Amino acid sequence: MSKHTLSVLVENKPGVLARIAGLFSRRGFNIESLAVGPTEHPEVSRMTIVVNVDVSPLEQVTKQLNKLIEVIKIVELDGPASISRELMLVKVKADPQTRGAVLDAVQLFRAKVVDVSPDAITIQATGNADKLGDFLRVLEPFGIRELVQSGMVAIGRGSRSISERTLRPVPVAVPAP
Amino acid sequence: MTEQRGTAGAAMSGAQSLIASLESAGVTDIFGIPGGAILPAYDPLMDSTRIRHILVRHEQGAGHAAQGYAAATGKVGVCMATSGPGATNLVTPLADAHMDSVPLVAVTGQVGASMIGTDAFQEADIRGITMPITKHSFLVTDPADIARTVAEAFHIASTGRPGPVLVDVAKSALQAMTTFEWPTELHLPGYRPVTRPHSKQIREAVRLILASRKPVLYVGGGVIRAQASAGLLKLAEATGMPVVTTLMARGAFPDSHVQHLGMPGMHGTVAAVAALQKSDLIISLGARFDDRVTGNLDSFAPHAKVIHADIDPAEIGKNRPVDVPIVGDCAEVIADLLALLQSEEAAGNTGDYEGWVAFLAGVKKTYPVGYDAPGDGSLAPQYVIERLGHIAGPDSIYTSGVGQHQMWAAHFVNYERPNTWINSGGLGTMGYAVPAAMGAKVGMPDTVVWAIDGDGCFQMTNQELATCAINDIPIKVAIINNESLGMVRQWQTLFYNSRYSNTDLQSKRIPDFVKLAEAYGCVGLSCESPEQVDATIEKAMAIDDQPVVVDFRVHRDAMVWPMVAAGTSNDEIKYARDLAPQFDEDDL
Repeated sequence: MSKHTLSVLVENKPGVLARIAGLFSRRGFNIESLAVGPTEHPEVSRMTIVVNVDVSPLEQVTKQLNKLIEVIKIVELDGPASISRELMLVKVKADPQTRGAVLDAVQLFRAKVVDVSPDAITIQATGNADKLGDFLRVLEPFGIRELVQSGMVAIGRGSRSISERTLRPVPVAVPAP
Repeated sequence: MTEQRGTAGAAMSGAQSLIASLESAGVTDIFGIPGGAILPAYDPLMDSTRIRHILVRHEQGAGHAAQGYAAATGKVGVCMATSGPGATNLVTPLADAHMDSVPLVAVTGQVGASMIGTDAFQEADIRGITMPITKHSFLVTDPADIARTVAEAFHIASTGRPGPVLVDVAKSALQAMTTFEWPTELHLPGYRPVTRPHSKQIREAVRLILASRKPVLYVGGGVIRAQASAGLLKLAEATGMPVVTTLMARGAFPDSHVQHLGMPGMHGTVAAVAALQKSDLIISLGARFDDRVTGNLDSFAPHAKVIHADIDPAEIGKNRPVDVPIVGDCAEVIADLLALLQSEEAAGNTGDYEGWVAFLAGVKKTYPVGYDAPGDGSLAPQYVIERLGHIAGPDSIYTSGVGQHQMWAAHFVNYERPNTWINSGGLGTMGYAVPAAMGAKVGMPDTVVWAIDGDGCFQMTNQELATCAINDIPIKVAIINNESLGMVRQWQTLFYNSRYSNTDLQSKRIPDFVKLAEAYGCVGLSCESPEQVDATIEKAMAIDDQPVVVDFRVHRDAMVWPMVAAGTSNDEIKYARDLAPQFDEDDL
């Protein structure tokens, strides 16, 4: 099994997320991470889905996803030719004795302090999964009080867009009554 | 309603818009039952001169009737129900239509938009419930969306790989005022089914066909849905390749044709199973390598290359790896294959299948589908079905339930034309036969429609006999009454040491099917000896103004043969109990 990142363009309609999540579960695939958000076209949303499967079941799940009426396009983004990021907010114990060391780690990982209280600070960090994992290991000894992470988002390198050609309208004629 | 039909921008209620939309989509028949949430739609429906609404007795009956209608006519079947339990009663027919690629539009009422999510009376999230078992499902809360949604639903149901589409309309949207405008074009950016096969794949397929020595045309229900039977006959005859037709494809190729080896699979003919198993090239047309066809996948057709043509790309390679994938409509795939094969033939390139064809002809002759007449003079179910097929003939339509009688009906009736065999293949829904026959008869009123049913199946949906009697839908029902859940009993005989746990229905005692038929306004007949069979069938055939139910009281120990036990290899096929066919491999 190996990790694959799918970028899925979908119509921005109610129920689409349920359809996609349902398809993964009933076909027996586990979603490792899923992130949804708007795109440059208001009627289109983009999902970034990370799955851990072999190549042949991946092909099957991609075909099944393509059958969903509201799925417009699916692109697999491979590691070197794409950029992926996750966002993390983490609340770390920090009293006057340890605060300096925590702030050093924040600097080192180019993260950002977004909230401070007498005995804790909240840090925002972005990066790929490896970097955020490393950062967490450094913070762990201080005491992590709370952690929240976004799903991964990813985009291909270069000037090409996965959406430009796909979204040209191709109307279907309705037979006259 | 009718005078406003098609008028752009006419002001009307959402309910009127829904009926105008269904009329614009060409609907002439709807099977349904009203209830609270769908009630507004039933008022303008009463005035429609184009749509006949048939009031059924259970929503499941409406769904299967719409399926039978669609399967018999090739048109989209339509059923209607209210919210909550009305809608959930459609779940089985929707799942059935999804498995067997039946074009269906189900319209359901939903509680008012402001009540959705409050656990209101008769509320069920039917769009959510049906997501995995429909091709698509809509929830409409804005009356302005009704016409476009209905147009999209019919387009999606009937194009590409056909399937069921649910349109759930909130009561508030039916009651509100809107303007009706039937769309002239649709925008479905994520729905563009490929129907034209790729010419490179066609060339590669033809190369394999010409190089093959043991090819077989493995024909599935897609050929029937694509109305590609005529092309298939030409392709088969031009090449001489043997043909097998799956349970869903019975009738796609004439049973009387010398190249036809019958149905493959768990209860397939020995010749059809052997043709796939020993083939060096399977040309799959609109079939999906279902487990009931392949048996144990690892040992299925071990020496065969595979050309797999299907309109649904997700079917290709799903179960069996493929050498030449072809995405496209079966009619176009077959036409393109034939055209290229003919030009190859003109250039002197033809396949050589002589030894293979002779081998299979030998198998077919040695192992015909047959049965033993019971020694005690009681009635053999196979005999009843054989005579029924003979007397009613290939121009009749046959529906069936699920189980032993279904397999016998698939084997012992000779099908010569597509859309004359209508059954529940993928989902295996007991109770399918009677409502499906009702729908088929509504769609094809001048055709004789027989439901070949089991006594177990019949008791699941026979309330629709009332619908048939009242609405002048004179179907004929042959109950193959072995007073058992026969197929389950057969498995208990074979795999559970004849311990018959809960399969004895006692249906020769209760109910009295003749009285039940009469109570429903049908003619009830009974038959329990071989000598009475022809006369009884002819009597039923002579009645065309009333539904007829015949209780064929057959002996209960008949089993379906041949059989490949579940999960085993097709090589393990048994021609009869403890009797394996002997192939002379040297003949190959």
